[in-house]
Amino acid sequence: MKKPVAIELKNITKTFGEVVANKNVNLTVYRGEILSVLGENGCGKTTLMNMISGIYFPDEGEIFVNGEPVMIRSPKDAFAYKIGMIHQHFKLVDVFTAADNIILGEKMPVYSVTEETKKIKEKMEKELADVSDEKKKKIQAKYLAKIGALPFIKLGKAFKFGHLTKNRAKVLQQIADQYGFEIDLSKKIYDMSVSEKQTVEIIKVLYRGADILILDEPTAVLTPQEIKKLFDVLRKMRESGKSIIIITHKLNEVMEISDRVAVLRKGEHIATVETKKTNEKELTEMMVGKKIDLNIERPEPVDPKPRLEIKNLTIMNKEGGKAVDDVSFVINGGEILGIAGISGNGQKELLEGIAGLQKTESGDIIFHNPKKNKPVTFFHKTLKQIKEMAKQGFFHYPDGKKVDLTGMKKKEIEKLVNEEQILFYEDEIIDLKHKTPLEIRELGIKLSFVPEDRLNMGLVGNMSIVDNMLLKSYRKGKSIFVNRKKPKILADEIIDELEVVTPSDMTPVRKLSGGNVQKVLVGREISSSPKVLMAAYPVRGLDINSSYLIYNLLNQQKQKNVAVIFVGEDLDVLMALCDRILVICSGRVSGIVEGKKAKKEELGLLMTKTEE
Amino acid sequence: MNEKMKKEPLVHIIKRADIPQWKSWVIRIGAGVIGLLLCAGFSCIFSKDFGGFFAELFNGAFGTERRIWMLFQNIAILLGIAIALTPAFKMHFWNIGAEGQTLVGCLAGAACVFYWGGEIPEGALLVLMLVCSMIASVIWAVIPAIFKALFNTNETLFTLMMNYVAAALVSLCISIWVTSGSGVLGILNFGHLPKIMNQQYFLNIIIVVLITLFMFFYLRYSKHGYEISVVGESTNTAKYIGIYVKKVIIRTMIVSGLFCGIMGWILVAGTNFTVYADIVGGRGFTAILVSWLAHFNPFGMILTAFLVVFMQQGAAQVNTVYQLGPSAFENIIVGIFLLCIIACEFFINYQVKFRVKNKNATPEKKEKKTTESAEREEKA
Repeated sequence: MKKPVAIELKNITKTFGEVVANKNVNLTVYRGEILSVLGENGCGKTTLMNMISGIYFPDEGEIFVNGEPVMIRSPKDAFAYKIGMIHQHFKLVDVFTAADNIILGEKMPVYSVTEETKKIKEKMEKELADVSDEKKKKIQAKYLAKIGALPFIKLGKAFKFGHLTKNRAKVLQQIADQYGFEIDLSKKIYDMSVSEKQTVEIIKVLYRGADILILDEPTAVLTPQEIKKLFDVLRKMRESGKSIIIITHKLNEVMEISDRVAVLRKGEHIATVETKKTNEKELTEMMVGKKIDLNIERPEPVDPKPRLEIKNLTIMNKEGGKAVDDVSFVINGGEILGIAGISGNGQKELLEGIAGLQKTESGDIIFHNPKKNKPVTFFHKTLKQIKEMAKQGFFHYPDGKKVDLTGMKKKEIEKLVNEEQILFYEDEIIDLKHKTPLEIRELGIKLSFVPEDRLNMGLVGNMSIVDNMLLKSYRKGKSIFVNRKKPKILADEIIDELEVVTPSDMTPVRKLSGGNVQKVLVGREISSSPKVLMAAYPVRGLDINSSYLIYNLLNQQKQKNVAVIFVGEDLDVLMALCDRILVICSGRVSGIVEGKKAKKEELGLLMTKTEE
Repeated sequence: MNEKMKKEPLVHIIKRADIPQWKSWVIRIGAGVIGLLLCAGFSCIFSKDFGGFFAELFNGAFGTERRIWMLFQNIAILLGIAIALTPAFKMHFWNIGAEGQTLVGCLAGAACVFYWGGEIPEGALLVLMLVCSMIASVIWAVIPAIFKALFNTNETLFTLMMNYVAAALVSLCISIWVTSGSGVLGILNFGHLPKIMNQQYFLNIIIVVLITLFMFFYLRYSKHGYEISVVGESTNTAKYIGIYVKKVIIRTMIVSGLFCGIMGWILVAGTNFTVYADIVGGRGFTAILVSWLAHFNPFGMILTAFLVVFMQQGAAQVNTVYQLGPSAFENIIVGIFLLCIIACEFFINYQVKFRVKNKNATPEKKEKKTTESAEREEKA
């Protein structure tokens, strides 16, 4: 059985300056089907969809909706053709409730009494044309009554709209319930989690009567449970005859949800295949253009010793609630500790707390600086501190003798330190609670944080790659001027090793695609040989190639005896990559499981575990 | 579906990813030419002399040696204030209080002359004036900065209000100093900057050139300048890498205030030799425009400051020659010209593409049309 065509693209081409985003793309979407658009980052998926939803206008080619050629010049036009797009970055007013956001821009329907009167009169005259006199009066009376009622109808409609405005939350809630969305629409947007915000966007589009829904990477920010719910909703929509286009690069989801898959590569449409008749491997090959190994390695941890001890850590959020609540765990050097949890459950605060960016309420963060048999330096210690520590017997000479500095002159001590003659007996134990972010960074605890907005923390969008490398090193040296030589070398190294796609090392970071931004950030943090590396969602929004590159980088760090904390969202990846997985829920540790033994269901359950 | 919906939009506005340097300059120069033509057209309404406008414009700026000196002097003052503003702007600290900051600098300088003029040697007086001017301006600049850093107060309103306080303070001081009732502080006899090559303004210009050079290197190559850019772009990143944002805000405003103080000193000691509430004459605000137009590049500001002053002086001359009445005419001329210059930034950031008529045309024809429309757009 062939379904009716909902939308058809013919030979669509779009260029931005010299960059060809889409080239002669042909695509057909049927009614009542879910089509996945699959492709690596920067292959033109989003551009293509933006042309359907009226954000861009194609340079060449035609779009057909329901078989008719159309010109979609603006999102408003797209809406007129019942096309709705849910963007990756939500476009919602934060201080409004969900319901307000959904009806935002809705106008009271125009209802002109004079025009309606005219219409009724015309109708009446038509009817009066061939009727007997007696009947005429009756009909006239009937129509006059209708005309007379018009102002009241108008009033009634105004009331109805007023009612809708007043009870918008209730009315919209019905729509939400109908599709099985679990959401409270009277909540303010700023109180909502990412998944709730996404739901609001979907309801908004549905409320406006869209038949063709485009979702731009909808699962990138959701937990397995949320994804499942979303997919259930999407299936319900499909049953009610809507066409759904999902942009994604998660293969397992493609296999799970879609009826057909369209693969794009470098702006060109490679093929559209039926999901049943293909498999993940084939799709990957189409997507990347070459064969790829989809296994993640997990080397055994070497010499795991505690590196970072978190003891009863509590961190407040801005509203005064507990974002991190009495969290305790230990992370060893040479292992990858995964942190699983629904986003917004304290992961961000926990990592920021460790990095010194969040004020901690109570608890300790103890850092074991792996200094055993390593020389002491003036890097973090003043002469006075070194003297004090020597008194307490922290140091030994290379020949094993205990260091005694009493009675020594300043110059002599300085000479000893500079010649690396004073060594630590044991690992240095440092309480991070009272250290500044800068001191913590310099101790080697690196945060490669990737929040919702990649460029918000860690990188400066308007600065070149070189200047972004400079961020971490510009303070070095006594000169009042910055030195860009070393950062430039580093930038070129990272571009080279991590295959960053960029016109040059002087290109502003904001002009790079998401994956490349990520590589620059992670590359910079790794380059300084960290002792603890915290990476939050480092592969969010990355394509397969780049994701595996990042996994490999983390593994390399692990083998260099770095303690790696990996906050992830893809449970499959967490289970494959991490040695242990800590599950966090409402700011509390709900369990720590071994990566090898972990089961997805178990993790999912822990993620939503509520107080007993 | 009606016919209207089926048409392609008449113009596309496309954000440019990148524009070649020469192209952006073609647009800018084109805008300048259009601006001049519009100005000439406007003055033609009153003077009935289209060509004469240009002649008088240049005459006003370069006509006599004195005018040329005035031109450079005015550029120097405007440029200096713009330079003083720039570090704050680069930090995204919207300081619109340069007027007031410079004014209190002037006041402090004049106060030195008023109280110590003639009593201490001229050289010492000048140094004292400079120090006092700088201190006063720094105080004026740093108050909003402290409030911004500690309480996140809106700096735009704060600095704006400080302007009025400064103006009132000057009026108050003059009413105390001048007892004759004229309400005008006459030319002060002491604390004049020395003439070089018998030119009063030469030293002013040299000082501003030095300031410009300093600021260029300060912003581009110093660690402070780098920190300013990072704080301006993203305070989160700044905190992450360990920059004390509050400290940078306050420090930068101190730097900004220091240079405002130097400019106030130049105004009192090297230009006007007196002080009055309108001594800065709105240049604290015009400087914002000068700084922005040059994208905060100190060398670019030389050009933009030149353009502004050139137009002001030229328009004043046109006004005098054709007797067009009050100074409103000058303001309109300068306004029209600057509007064109500012508006052309739109064409640098965005590309305007016209609809290609006749969709069924052969591909070659189509291509030709697009290049044509591109050319048309460039001319526009």
